[in-house]
Amino acid sequence: MNPLPWLVALPLIGALLVFVLPVRWRAPGSLVLLVPVGIASIRTLAGVISQGVQSHVLGGWMAPLGIGLQADGFAAGMVVLTALIIIFCAIHAAGYLRGKPAEEGFWPLLWFMWAALNSIWLSADLFNLYVGIELLGLAAVGLVALAGNAQSLAAAMRYLLAALLGSLFYLLGVALIYAALGSLALADLAAHGPGQPTVLIAMALMTFGLLLKTALFPLHGWLPPAHGGALTPVSALLSALVIKASLFMLIRLWLNFGTGGMPAALALTLGLMGTGAVFWGGWMALRQTQLKHLVAYSTVAQIGSLFLFFPLVVGTPAAAAALAWDGTVLLLVSHALAKAAMFLAAGNLVFAIGSEQIADLNGVCRFRPLSLLSFGVAGVSLTGLPPSGGFTAKWLLMQSALASGQWLWLPVLLGGGLLSAAYVIKVLNNAMVEGPVRRDRFEAPSLPLELAALALGCVSLILGLAAHAPLAWLRVGGPFGGGG
Amino acid sequence: MSAAALYAWAGVALCTLGLFGFIVHRHLVRRLLAFNIMGSGCFLLLVGLAQDGRGIDPVPQALVLTGIVVAVASTALALVIFRRWFRVSGESVLPEDV
Repeated sequence: MNPLPWLVALPLIGALLVFVLPVRWRAPGSLVLLVPVGIASIRTLAGVISQGVQSHVLGGWMAPLGIGLQADGFAAGMVVLTALIIIFCAIHAAGYLRGKPAEEGFWPLLWFMWAALNSIWLSADLFNLYVGIELLGLAAVGLVALAGNAQSLAAAMRYLLAALLGSLFYLLGVALIYAALGSLALADLAAHGPGQPTVLIAMALMTFGLLLKTALFPLHGWLPPAHGGALTPVSALLSALVIKASLFMLIRLWLNFGTGGMPAALALTLGLMGTGAVFWGGWMALRQTQLKHLVAYSTVAQIGSLFLFFPLVVGTPAAAAALAWDGTVLLLVSHALAKAAMFLAAGNLVFAIGSEQIADLNGVCRFRPLSLLSFGVAGVSLTGLPPSGGFTAKWLLMQSALASGQWLWLPVLLGGGLLSAAYVIKVLNNAMVEGPVRRDRFEAPSLPLELAALALGCVSLILGLAAHAPLAWLRVGGPFGGGG
Repeated sequence: MSAAALYAWAGVALCTLGLFGFIVHRHLVRRLLAFNIMGSGCFLLLVGLAQDGRGIDPVPQALVLTGIVVAVASTALALVIFRRWFRVSGESVLPEDV
């Protein structure tokens, strides 16, 4: 049996099923349902590794009316990454939300989010991607609003407005492409090429919409309040997965034309915006006084380094472009794991000290070493210290920049790493010194909460040592070889 | 100019109008209305442009139906969040926008 349709159908069934369960059964019910979706995710990746690109046409209806699903290595890798992160976040949320009013809405929205994410990874046509990104946006906004206070409601509203504007721009692009080509399948778009002016204008509109949703500097204004103010498991999911979906679509749309499809000026602009994000996000993270806002600004900075992909791939020698692909994909995966771990750890620390302020962390290292350890482990990967996934990824990106002679991007990668080190150390430093008043009472988050954060951090750390095989899987069927 | 092209141009005009309103206004309900106008313009463009000179085409109509469902759902969500925000804060604009 082909697992592809189940990857979208099972989470949708889960969302409806969980919705009708009484509130206290929603968490255990969801934890049970994680198992079949996890199995389907792993089977998809296994199928892609052994047999190459997998595809499925829903109900036997062919394009342009039917909905086609397709999994290449990149998509299957994202499916498994999503499953891994959602499983640990769900374990965390089951403990974290117990007895809180947000428990009622969290579980159905989590499942809707999963369905949307999987449909984005697997879609093979533009309109299906639109529906996926809209469903994802609505679920994510609902999750942000769950915290229920004035701050998070304002953040949710701002997020919703940005998401709606972004998807309208995307839809305008879809309208133009359908008018020009009479088809929305990615394969038809690839066969046609980006030459026609209508297609270029459409691609520009879609790119703008997706940049707004990815929160690339200077369009990042909505992200820090939304990610910093949400409930802890929600922040982790948003920063790790949701913003990656629009980035994934950008990469998919442009690489659909091959590496030369994007105009060089646009690639350079995206690289420069990414540079702005790395430095502005890093600087703002350093200046934050609230722990979760620091982590949220760190996301703004890390998104920036992912966008160096475009100038490193467009119009560069094949070897350099292949290195940039490997580096970016690895950075994407290790950032997702590390950032989820860091948000969960930050939430545990906030719970332990009973305050959002970084200054109140004083003395916490004596009492909650495990939470602090997970924060540090995630920080190692974000900063890009060996042997983490972040280190290997940045190493590959630097090799690529050297191979294509683009020295400009080296200080960006190095400076970004240095800034990340500065803000991670700021937190650790505050946690390890004693405050003016020696504090001896801290709340204790339960063991599963701490272990979920630590496990994600450790996966991100060992990814650097074992990156070879996952990178080969992620290349399958993509533009950089590996069979298909 | 064919009727379909007229629809497409009307769609472009509505889109521009909506975008303008979305940027200029601060009151959240006005911004939401502007978004809906922009959405309608988008749908007109999608149907009009695709049918210009090619006759009736069911695919864009099906797409627009889906788009309308999505727009209604997002508007409803935005209104719910706006009502909560209004009750909690007494404001009808977002904080940094004032």
